[in-house]
Amino acid sequence: MQLALFIIFGALALGGAVNLLLQHHPIHSALSLVVVMMSLAVLYWSLGAEFLAAAQVIVYSGAIMVLFVFVIMLLNAGEEEHTHGSRAAYTVGIPGAAAIFCLLSFVFLSERDALGSVNIGGSLSNAADNISELSSVLFTKLLLPFEVTSILILVAILGAVVLARKEQ
Amino acid sequence: MTLDPTTLVWFIPLLPFAGFLINGTLGRKLPRPLVSAIALLFTALPAAIVAWLWNAMRGTDSLLFTAGVPWISITGFQVDFVFAVDHLTLIMLAVVTGVGFLIHIYSVGYMAHEEGYWRFFAYLNLFMFFMSVLVLAENFLLLFVGWEGVGLASYLLIGFYFKKTSAANAGKKAFIVNRIGDFGFLLAMFLLIVHFGSLSFVSVFATVAQHPEWHGAHFLTVIALLLVVGAAGKSAQIPLYVWLPDAMEGPTPVSALIHAATMVTAGVYMIARAHVLFDASPTACAVVACLGAATAIFAASIGMVQHDIKRVLAYSTISQLGYMFLACGVGAYAAGIFHLLTHAFFKALLFLAAGSVIHALGGEQDMRNMGGLRTRTPITFWTMSAGIFAITGVPLFAGFFSKDEILYRTFTAPGPLPKLLWLVGLVTAGMTSFYMFRLWFKTFFGEPHFDEKAELHEHGAAVHLHSGTHAVMVADHDDNARGHAVHESPWIMLLPLVLLAILSFIGGWVGVPAALGGHNEIESFLAPVFANPAAPEAPSTGSHGLELALAAVSVLVAFYGFYVAYLWYYKKPGTAAVLAERAEPAYAILSHKYWVDEIYANFIVTPLLMFTRGFLELIFERGVVNGSGKASGTAVRGLAWLERTQISGNIRSYAGWLALGAAAVIAIMIFGRAVWMHP
Amino acid sequence: MVPTAYYLVLSAMLFSLGIAGFLIKRNVISVFISIELMLNAVNLTFVAFAHMWGQISGQIFVFFVMVVAAAEAAVGLAIIIAIFRTRRSLNVDDIDLMKS
Repeated sequence: MQLALFIIFGALALGGAVNLLLQHHPIHSALSLVVVMMSLAVLYWSLGAEFLAAAQVIVYSGAIMVLFVFVIMLLNAGEEEHTHGSRAAYTVGIPGAAAIFCLLSFVFLSERDALGSVNIGGSLSNAADNISELSSVLFTKLLLPFEVTSILILVAILGAVVLARKEQ
Repeated sequence: MTLDPTTLVWFIPLLPFAGFLINGTLGRKLPRPLVSAIALLFTALPAAIVAWLWNAMRGTDSLLFTAGVPWISITGFQVDFVFAVDHLTLIMLAVVTGVGFLIHIYSVGYMAHEEGYWRFFAYLNLFMFFMSVLVLAENFLLLFVGWEGVGLASYLLIGFYFKKTSAANAGKKAFIVNRIGDFGFLLAMFLLIVHFGSLSFVSVFATVAQHPEWHGAHFLTVIALLLVVGAAGKSAQIPLYVWLPDAMEGPTPVSALIHAATMVTAGVYMIARAHVLFDASPTACAVVACLGAATAIFAASIGMVQHDIKRVLAYSTISQLGYMFLACGVGAYAAGIFHLLTHAFFKALLFLAAGSVIHALGGEQDMRNMGGLRTRTPITFWTMSAGIFAITGVPLFAGFFSKDEILYRTFTAPGPLPKLLWLVGLVTAGMTSFYMFRLWFKTFFGEPHFDEKAELHEHGAAVHLHSGTHAVMVADHDDNARGHAVHESPWIMLLPLVLLAILSFIGGWVGVPAALGGHNEIESFLAPVFANPAAPEAPSTGSHGLELALAAVSVLVAFYGFYVAYLWYYKKPGTAAVLAERAEPAYAILSHKYWVDEIYANFIVTPLLMFTRGFLELIFERGVVNGSGKASGTAVRGLAWLERTQISGNIRSYAGWLALGAAAVIAIMIFGRAVWMHP
Repeated sequence: MVPTAYYLVLSAMLFSLGIAGFLIKRNVISVFISIELMLNAVNLTFVAFAHMWGQISGQIFVFFVMVVAAAEAAVGLAIIIAIFRTRRSLNVDDIDLMKS
C-alpha cells in the first residue's frame, strides 16, 4: 500500500513539477504547482502527518495558490517573453542545480539502510493522534514561537497592504 | 575640638583637588570672583588644617599615620596609600600651604585681566594637591605620584600662555628634562623593591638602621645616586637645570610658587627624607655636596650677566638650591631644610615683587629699561629690598642665619674636601650679593630708562607678553582709556608682598645658632627626624668662636659684593658695559650661559631627532604603518572591482551563482568531514 | 515498505527542479512559484525525517515553514504588484536597477 501510494503520487508530483517548468504561461505553472501540492499532501498523510496534510490542502493550495492565481489575473500576466538576460544562469546555474541533486541523492542513497523505511501509521501509533500531539507541543513548549508567528502574519498583512496600495 | 588628626590630614590634599575639579569643569562659566573665592577657600582651609596640626603635634615628636588604603598588593610586595606627618612634613606643609595661599591671593590681582583665569586657578589648585601628596606620602611610590603630578602641573602652568610658541616649548622642555630625572628615580625605586621588598619609608629605613654593617655598601650607594639623579631633575641641578630659566615663560606667580618655593625644593625634601640611605653611603653624600656646590657657583656666575629680571631670579634659585644640596651632602639636613624654609619666603617674595615691577612697567622685564622705581613704587621697593637683604645674607634677615648655618656645617665637616666646598660656597655668596644688588640698583635706582610719558594703560599692556626687550603695548582699549604713569600695584598684590617681607625678616629667627645667643629651635625641631642611631655622630670640630668668625667672613664677602655692585651700577653706571667689552671672552661665555643649551641641542637633541625622523619615522611610520594601510586599501579595491563585475543587476545570474555556491557548500558539508577526519 | 531514502530522493528532485525553474523562468510570478516548489520539497524532507525518528519536531517545523511561506508569499506578491505598476512589465530581466 505504501509503495503504491508513493509511486503514484510521487510520479504525479514530479510530473507536475516538470510541467511547471515547461509551461509558458504563469497560470499553467500555478495550476501545476497545485497538483504538486495535492500529491505532497497525500504523501504527508502516508507518512503519518495528517494535520499537515490537511494544512497543506487548506492553507497552501487553498489559500496561497489562490492568492497567486488572483495576482496573475490582476496583473493580466501573459505568456512569457523570450528574453535571454543572462548567460550565467544557464551556464552556471543549471550545473549547480544538477550538482545539488546529485550530491543529495548520493548521500541519501548511500545511507539507505541507516534511514530505515516507512510504515503507514507506524512509529507514531502510540500517540493519541497526530493533531493532539502536535498541539500539545505547540501550546506548551513552543508557545512563544507560536504567538510570534501570529504577529509575523499580522506584519505581513500590513506590509502587503502598504506595498500594494495604489499611489494617491 | 576633638577632631581626629588622622582624618583631617586627608583634607589637606583633597581640598585643593576639589577646587581643581570645580574650577576645572565649571570655571569657564563661573564669574571671576567666584572662581577666585573657590580657589582661595580651598587653599586657605588646608592652611588652617596645617596650622591646627602644628598646634597638635608641636610637643610630641611622634609620627602621625593615617589609615592606609590598599593600593598594590601582591605576594611579597605591598604599597598602600598612607600619609604620614612628622616635623619635617609639618615644615614642608607650612611652606606649601602658607606660601601657596599668599601666592593665590597675589594671583587674584596679577591675573585679573587674563583670559583663562579659571584655568590658571584650576591648575594652581591641582599643583597644591600634588605637592601635598608629595610631602605627605609615607612611601616612595606615593611620593613619586606627587612628584610626577607637580611636574605635570608645572608643565601646564609654564605653558599657560599656550598660544605663545616659546611658552609651549618651555613647558615641554621642563617636562622632558624632569622625565630624565624621573627615570633615575624609577630605577632607584626598582632597586629598593629588589633589596628591601618594600617602598615604605618606615620599613626601608628601619631595615637600614638594623644593618649598620651596610654602611658604605655598594647597592645603597647606587640607590642613593639614582635618587640624586631624580632630585637633580626636579631641583634643577647640573646637568638637568636647563628647564628652569626657560620656565620663566610662565606667569610670575607660577615662577614664585613652583619654581622657587615648592616644586623645585621637592628634590631637597626627598633627599632629606631619605637621609638614612645617604647617611649610609658617604660616596653619595660627597656627590651631592659637590654637585650642590658646583651648581651654586655655576648658576651664580650666569646670573651675574642676565638682563631679564626673572632670569636673574631663576639662576639665583638654581644657585640657592645648590646650597641646599650642599647642606644635605655634608649631613646638615636640618640646615638644608632651614634654608629651604627661608628661601621659600624670600624667593617667593622676590618673584612676586618682580611681578609687581613688571606689572608697574606694563610688561617690561629687561632691567636695562628700568630704573628709578624707588620713588614711583615705594612699597614694592621696600618689600623687594627685604627680600634682597635676606638672600644676600644681611645680618638679622632670614637668609643670613640659614646660609651661614650651611657654610659653618660645611666647613666643619670632616675631611679636606668640605673646606674647598666651603670656599666655593663663600665665593658664591659673594656673587649672589653682587647680582642681587646689581638687580636692586638697576631696577630701583638711577635714571629711568623707560619712556615715562608713554601711555601705559591700566593693567598694562601685555603683562603677559613679556617679550623682553621693550614693552609691547597691545592692550585692548577701555572706552575711557587714559594713560597712567608708572603706578604701584593694587593692594591685593601688595599684601602678600608685605607679609612675605615680614617673614623674610623674622623667618630666620627660628634658627639662630647658639653661637649668637639663640637656641636654634629649628634644629631641635627637626632633630627627631634626622636622628640616625646607625650613623656614628661625626665629632663636631667646630666651636662658637669658629662659627662667629665664619659668619663675619661671609658678611664681609657679601658686603664686598654689594660694594662692587654699588660702584658699577650706582656710582658710575657705565662701568659694567666698559668692563664687559674689555673682558669680552669671559663675558661672552657667561652671557651665553656656557653654551649649555647649545651643547645639549647639538649633541643630544639633534641626534635623537635624526634617529627618530630618519630611522623610526621612515621605516616604521612610512613603511609599516602607512604601507600596511595602503596595502589593505588596495586589497579592498581589488575585491570591489571583482565584485562589480558580478553585480550585473540581473536576478537570474545571481540565482545561478547562488545555486553553484549552494552545491559547493553541500559538497563541503558532505565530504569535508571525511577529509577533516582523515589524518 | 518504502525506504525513507526514496522519499528523500524525491524531495531532492523536486528541490532541484525548483532551482531550475528559478533559473529558467522569465516571468516574475513563475519565479515565485518555483520558490514555493522548493519550500514544499523541503517540507517533504522534514516530514519524512519526522516519521523516521518518531518525533513530532519535524512536523512542527513544517508547520512554521508553512506559516512563513504564507507571509512571504503575501508580501512578495504585493511587491510584484508595486513593481508592475511602475514598470508595466513582469519580465525578470527588466528588473536590473542594481546594475552598476
